This record gives sequence, structure tokens and C-alpha cells, in this order.
Amino acid sequence: MNAMNAMTASTGAEPLLSAREVSVSFPVGSRMAARARGEEHLLRAVDGVDLEMRRGEALALVGESGSGKSTLALALAGLQRTDRGEIRFDGRVLPASRSRADRRRIQMVFQDPYSSLNPRLTVGSMLRELLRVHHVVPANRVATYSAELLALVGLGEADLSAYPRQFSGGQRQRVAIARALALRPDVLVADEPVSALDVSVQATILNLLRNLRDDLGLTLLLISHNLAVVRHLCDRVAVMYLGRIVEVAPTEQIFSTPRHPYTRGLLAAIPRMTEGAADDSGPAIAGDPPSPLRIPAGCRFRTRCPIAQPRCETEDPVLAGASGAAAPPAAAVGGSASASATGADAAEHLAACHFAFSSGAPRPERSENEQNA
Amino acid sequence: MTDTVSAPILEVRDLHVRIASRRGIVRAVDGVSFDVPRGGALGLVGESGSGKSMTLRAILGVLPAEAQVTSGEIRLDGVDLRQLRGSDVNRLRGPKMAMIFQEPMSALNPVMRVGWQIAEGPQVHLGLSRGRSAERALELMRRVGIPDPERRFRAYPHEFSGGMRQRVMIAMALSCDPEIILCDEPTTALDVTIQDQILRLLTRLCRESGTSLVFVTHDLPVVAQVCQNVAVMYGGQLVERGEVREVLLDPRHPYTLGLVRSAPDFEYVRKSLLPIPGSPPSLVNPPSGCRFHPRCAFAEDDCRTSQTPLRPLPGGRSTACLHYERTLEAVEADRARP
Amino acid sequence: MSAIEVPSVPQGPEPASEPVLVLRAEGRAASRWYRQPALVAGLAILAVVIGLALAAPLITSYNPITQNLSESLLPPSAQHLLGTDQLGRDTFTRLLYGLRLDLRIAFIAVLLPFLLGTVLGSLAGYFGGWVDTTIMRLVDIVVAFPFYVLVIALVFVLGPGERSIYLAITLVGWVAYARIIRGEILVAKRQDYVTAARSGGLSNARIMRRHLLPNVISQAYIYAMSDIVQDILAIVTLGYLGLGIPPPTADLGSMINDGQNFLSTHWQLTTFPGLAVVVVGLGLSLTGDGLADLLRPGQ
Repeated sequence: MNAMNAMTASTGAEPLLSAREVSVSFPVGSRMAARARGEEHLLRAVDGVDLEMRRGEALALVGESGSGKSTLALALAGLQRTDRGEIRFDGRVLPASRSRADRRRIQMVFQDPYSSLNPRLTVGSMLRELLRVHHVVPANRVATYSAELLALVGLGEADLSAYPRQFSGGQRQRVAIARALALRPDVLVADEPVSALDVSVQATILNLLRNLRDDLGLTLLLISHNLAVVRHLCDRVAVMYLGRIVEVAPTEQIFSTPRHPYTRGLLAAIPRMTEGAADDSGPAIAGDPPSPLRIPAGCRFRTRCPIAQPRCETEDPVLAGASGAAAPPAAAVGGSASASATGADAAEHLAACHFAFSSGAPRPERSENEQNA
Repeated sequence: MTDTVSAPILEVRDLHVRIASRRGIVRAVDGVSFDVPRGGALGLVGESGSGKSMTLRAILGVLPAEAQVTSGEIRLDGVDLRQLRGSDVNRLRGPKMAMIFQEPMSALNPVMRVGWQIAEGPQVHLGLSRGRSAERALELMRRVGIPDPERRFRAYPHEFSGGMRQRVMIAMALSCDPEIILCDEPTTALDVTIQDQILRLLTRLCRESGTSLVFVTHDLPVVAQVCQNVAVMYGGQLVERGEVREVLLDPRHPYTLGLVRSAPDFEYVRKSLLPIPGSPPSLVNPPSGCRFHPRCAFAEDDCRTSQTPLRPLPGGRSTACLHYERTLEAVEADRARP
Repeated sequence: MSAIEVPSVPQGPEPASEPVLVLRAEGRAASRWYRQPALVAGLAILAVVIGLALAAPLITSYNPITQNLSESLLPPSAQHLLGTDQLGRDTFTRLLYGLRLDLRIAFIAVLLPFLLGTVLGSLAGYFGGWVDTTIMRLVDIVVAFPFYVLVIALVFVLGPGERSIYLAITLVGWVAYARIIRGEILVAKRQDYVTAARSGGLSNARIMRRHLLPNVISQAYIYAMSDIVQDILAIVTLGYLGLGIPPPTADLGSMINDGQNFLSTHWQLTTFPGLAVVVVGLGLSLTGDGLADLLRPGQ
């Protein structure tokens, strides 16, 4: 057992899954036409992301459409090729084309319960295929194990012989979760697992995810646009905007003291049950997000930011903590014990804004609500 | 709450909508009644299959071919829409009532310039000339906050973002100065920051012009933000009705309570969400008596046998539950718990 | 620690909740096939035709190829339902045997392009890139020529006979299937369940075979129904042009050609084989339409 493993065993601080400088771009149309329109030829869905997940934690990736959260999740799950950067699992760099064994470790649950199950396969055949291909259990135990998986998500053995169309949305999601758990993954990536479900059904799935986390020690990466769901389920939150992470912090800190203006705006925009009909203050965040083909220079949020300064146009802020230290690098081989000890500290609150932690931050013109730091 | 002097702009009485389907007759809307006061906003809340969209479409008269209103009254400004001929109802669409849909991309004509789509209503219903209606469209585009309206007038829907398209829809809805706008989940497909913009815009514009709103959604906090009153639908029927904050924060029906308890609320983090057990009722063969009784923790024998129309409670609200005091107790118990 | 909060759900799947007018595209529309008039009519016709063809040796005792010049060109009678042809062979017998042969060839001839086209189309759609480009360029080349022209030219080059017919039709007919399957796969591969299969570490071959093809193949079946009509016509045309099965084998196309010369006196020699082709085509067409309606997702 080498030094690194020993350190992991003792401190448990080494991240289970990490991303370093990960970028994913998609070519859009022809280069010439794009230039003629003044746009980029590449759509930078994920634009240089550093992220770490510790074993057993539940991390939320939050953002609106165009933030890149789904693309990042797919990249972490090995279902989307990255252009730059590296993804490490348990300290080891994962190659672009993952082995079967690697794939087992990170499994995914998708948003749409109606397209995530093959309509032609019964639940049992679907599970059986996975179990056999990966030799998860000996052949004679496959049926029993499948039944156990279904029991874990609250379905019955009889459901093994049913087709997806016989299930409701909530039940299909449960089947999808059972499928994801079949290979005994270390990490479960859930992409908006409840967005397509009715409100009263969402609760079942959310409770299920929470319990599975508690009972199986799963590491959970939750992608969601619904902050209420996030608050209910996750320990840490990473907020994304136009392909970058703009803030990372433990859940309660993000909600009580958001440091990035976008996060503040996002929180202010959430409709509240107890608040009265809108007063005449303006919306939480004005304007439309810029096209990902025309990402603003400098800080990409400055076009909608209430406290934007000239500096924001020239300097792209780095995701950093209060001390000014940049995001700690993914555990490097042979990294010193002290570095990882800092990493394990009461989690850092990082934000990518020049004025995130300064007390002399420029005051916004319009008054924002009580969520202001 | 209601201006007792002037009559409500919209009165729906005992509306029934049936849909012919392969599985039988679907009772999509089964005896729904409500009023919308002038200048007021009523929320229609429910999950999928509750009948809220069908109710809206029945009012506007745009039900799908297999569906039809089998009985009931829909009085718009005193006139019963069901008594009118199709062409007469058509004349009302625009000047009297308008609708905003959930998915603007399918509600907008993809091959027609946006400005002209907004101008079409005034041209047809108000008889404005092309030039005047175009001016009106520009003015509306400005009011709804579309930047650079002169240039955007000539743009096509696909060139707009989701939020902008919804603004176009609002402009279209307002184009003939309707008395009431019916909204079918207008912000469900939008990001939360855009939703915030659109909701504020909508409520502001309606307040400024005195336009009434019927707002259909499944999102409870949204309805709390936009509407003064709310009606909760389940299985094609109304189960509760009243002032919005009262109904949502102090419900008198177990389904409303279930909805509230099962939704993760941003402000109050419950230890565990309480889902509503079971599944939505079949609308072809609904449960007898109270439609919610198979899933209700407080159900008694009479829930299975008696009809459960809305009955008034003190304070101007109503509930369909025969044993609403059990819900009341549960609410108080919830509050007592930290 | 909270206990696992699993609400009591009844064993077995619950009936899917009915968002009333949301129609989901699921396969398996085998319900109520008998309610489709086109399908029923088509199948009925086919049943009769195929039945006759299969039972040919039982229905008639004449030999379709034995010549009997003393009995040539007899009018229809009790012994010869449709009379005899110029070489004394019983027309009715030749009709049945011709039908038998042509149907057999047609069914096989539709199968081979189906297989080739499906495989190539799947590869093109799934892998994209140069695989897709190459295959599509091939498609473009073949498609530039009208179907019959190319088939006839190929058979001419390869020489008449059953094998040539198969080869020619396969080389020309695969493109339609390839395009259809490729299009379907391009859409289907974006479905989440395919991503889930990749996430599960399943091989490309397995994904194509078990997850993609079963969900897209119905479009190919539907096309095959109209394709088979086209093939039968091609086979009959080839026979008519003398490029089909060489004589003396009974073949509808050559029968039509031979009987042409006697159209004014013995019109039944040409007309009935022609009618047979029409009836078969009708049956296949109706069946294809009915099947298409049935397999169409949704409604």
C-alpha cells in the first residue's frame, strides 16, 4: 500500500471524484458563419471547472439552463467526452474511454422517467443484463439480487416481469434508481431526478435518495435547478453559470450568506409562500443570460450583475476562498498531509467574484432582499 | 376580499367536461365552480390529471376535439359563453379574454414575424389598420420589456430565448386589452430567474390595467406570489377554495395538506417530506364519494359514500372535506413541532 | 436515523396514472389488430393467395411444364379452368405454380436488402463519422438511379436466373432500409435509456442489438411491406422481359409476355397472370398500410 493510500485511509480527506480544468465544447455550424455573426464556433458548455467530491457527501450542482451542469455531470459520469482537463476517481486519472470496471463506480439516474427505460425490456431483463455483463453476483443469484434491488427502492418482486409502460412516473424513477444501484456504484449522479414528476411523488423519490445515502453510504451528485430540493438533500452546493462554477459552499452557508451576486439573485428569485404579492422592486436578476456562443470577456456574469465594476470587464475572477487561496488542487500524488488537512477543514466557501469577501463591496443600486450577506 | 359591489368578471358554475377515450368516458372536470373578481387573480392548483388545464380550455373554448363541456355555466362579464355560437365566442377571444400557454414555442407561429403576431389581434378584433396595429405592437413590446423592439419586431420566434418568447405571449395576450387572461403554467418551463421576471411583469401589468387573471400551476409558492385567491383541484373536482395564504399555510383539506407537506419548501426544511401515498384517481372510474378517500389518512366511512361538494367555512373559504377539523388538528400539530 | 420511509405500495405495478391526453409512444400495439379494416382485408387476400400457392400441387394435378402440343390453345373448360397455352400446358396450373415461384422469390428478395440495409444503416447511424459518410455516399450513388432501371441492368449483366434476381435486388434495395434505420437510430440513440446502457458499460454491439434495433425495426417492417410489392413487380417485369427465371418454368411475368400474342383470341392467357399480380400487390399493400397504422406510436 503506497503512501497515498495510507494517507487516504487515515485522513479520509482525499476526494473520491474530482475534476480539474474540465472543459467540454461543442462545435456549432461552420467556423466562417459563426465569425460572420460575431459568435464563437465552439459552444463552451463547460469552461474550466474544478470540483471535488468527498466520499459519502451529497453535492448539488445548481444552475439554470445553459449553465453546463448537466454536461458536467455527464462528463463526470464518463458519458460525455471532455476537451480539456482530467477527471480522477479515487486518485486515479480516468481515461477518455472508460473501462467497464470504471463505469461501474459511477452510475447515473436521468431526468425523464419516460425515456430512461428501454420500453422493450422488462425490468427484470434490464437488471439481469447489467448483472450478468458485470458478474456482480453469480448467475444463480441474479434473480434474488434483482428482487432485493427492487425492494430497496420500494417495489415488489412481481415488478420484475413488468414493462416500463405499466409504471407511473414515480415508479419508473424508482426502477431507474434500482438500475443505477445494481452495479454497486460508489457515486450516484442524479440529473434532475424529480423535475418531471408530480409534486406529491417527488417527495417519495427524494426521501428514497436520502435514505439510500444514509443506509448505503452513497456519494451523491445531484443536479437540480430547484434550490428547495437541494436544501433538503445535500451537504454542499456548487452554483454554475455559463459553464463555470461561481460559488461552492456547504448548503446552509450558501443559503444564509451567499457570496456571489448570481447566487444572491438566484435565491432572491425563488418564489416564497409566505411573501406577499410582488412589491414594486425589480426582478432579482434582470436581463437574459448571454448566449454561450458570446461569453462576455472578464467576469461572465457582469452583464447582469448589480455590482459590476470596470475591473470585472478585464479580470476574470478565480474561484477562491476568503483567504484568497485558489481552489485546492485535486489531491496530487504525494501531496503533503497538511494540504489535505486544510482541504478537510470545515469546508471552504469559495466564490468567483472580485468582491465576494470584501467588506468594501460596492453596494448595488436597487435594494435586494434579506438574503444579502 | 371581493368587491361586493361589482359583479365578478368570470363566473363558472358546475362545469363538467367529458372526454371520449378508448378506455371510456373520462370525467376530466366534474362539477367545478368559482368566481374571479374584477382585477383579481385566482390560482387553480393541482397536479397532472386534476383537470385544471381542461377547466381553462373549457372557459376559453379551446378544448381538444375529443373533449366537450357537457353541462355548467361559464359567465364572462355576465354573458354565458355556452349559449353563444362559436363565431361569437371567437369575437370575445382577444378583446375580452386571452390565454397564455406553457410552451411558447408551440403557441407562436414559427413562420410569422413576432411583431405581426402581436399586431394580428388588434387588426382582427379592434379593426386597426396595419400601421396602427404595428404601432400598438411596438408599444406592447416595450411594455413587456423586450429590448430593441423596433428591430425585434421583424424577428421570428426561434430567434428569441424562452423568457423573451413568454414576453411576446404576454404582449399578444394584452394586445386587445382583455378583461381577463387565462394562464396555463406560463412559467413552468422557465428558469427561476426568468420566472421571477415574468411573474413580476405579469402581476404589474395586470395591476396597472385592472386585468383579471386565472393562473393554473402546480407550483404552490408561485401561486402564492401571484394570486389573491386559490382553488385546489383533485380528480376533476375542487377540494378547497379561499384566500391563497390561508389555504396554503392553514389548509382545511387533507389533499391540500398533503401537497404542502410533500413539496420541499425552500424556507422550511422538514426532516422528511411526507408523500401522499397511492396514485391519482382514475377519471374514467373515479372512487365513490370523496375522490381522495383511498389515499386519505383521515378517511371515514361516510367519505366513501357521501358526495363532497364544496361547503363554505367561516371567513369566506370553503372545503370539500367532511372532516376538515382533522386537517385543522394536523396543521396545528405541525406548527407546534419545531 | 430515519427508518426507510417506503410508502406501502401494492405488489405488482400500479396502473399508470392517466394524464388523460398525454399519449406516450410505446411499442406493443398488438391490441385490436382486427379493428383495422385495411389490415384485415389485406391479410385476407394474402391468406387466399398464399394458400392457393402453397396448395398448388393439391389443387391441380397437371404438370406446369410438360408440353402437350396436341392440346394447345384450348379454351377454358371443365378440365382446363383457364384453357391451355400455346404449348398445351394448363394455364391454371401454370398460374398457381407461377404464383408460388414468384411469391417465394419475392419474400426472399425482400429479406436480403432488409438485412443488409438494416445493418449498414445501424452502423451509419450509431457510429457517425466516416462510417456514416462512407455509407451515405454509397446510398447517394445507388439512389441516383431509378430502381427498376438499375435492377434490370444488373440482371442483364449477371445473366437471368434466380440468383441474379436476388443479387440485383439486394444491391439496389438496401439503401431504403439503410436510410430509414439510420434516421431512426440517430433519434433513438439520444434517448436516455441508451445513455444509461452506455453508463452500464454495455458494449456497442449489445446496445445496437438489444436496445436500439428492437425499438426502431418496426419502421423497417413497414417499409418492407411496400418494398415487397415493388419487388414482385420487378420480378414480374424481369420475367416479362425475358430476364427472369428461364423457361420452361412457370413464371407470371413470362406468362404475361407469352400470352400477349394471343390477346385477341385467348385473352385469359395474359390477363389472369396480370390479375394475379394485381391482387397480390393489393393484398400486400393493404397489409402494409394496416401494419403501419398499427405500429405507429401513440394513437
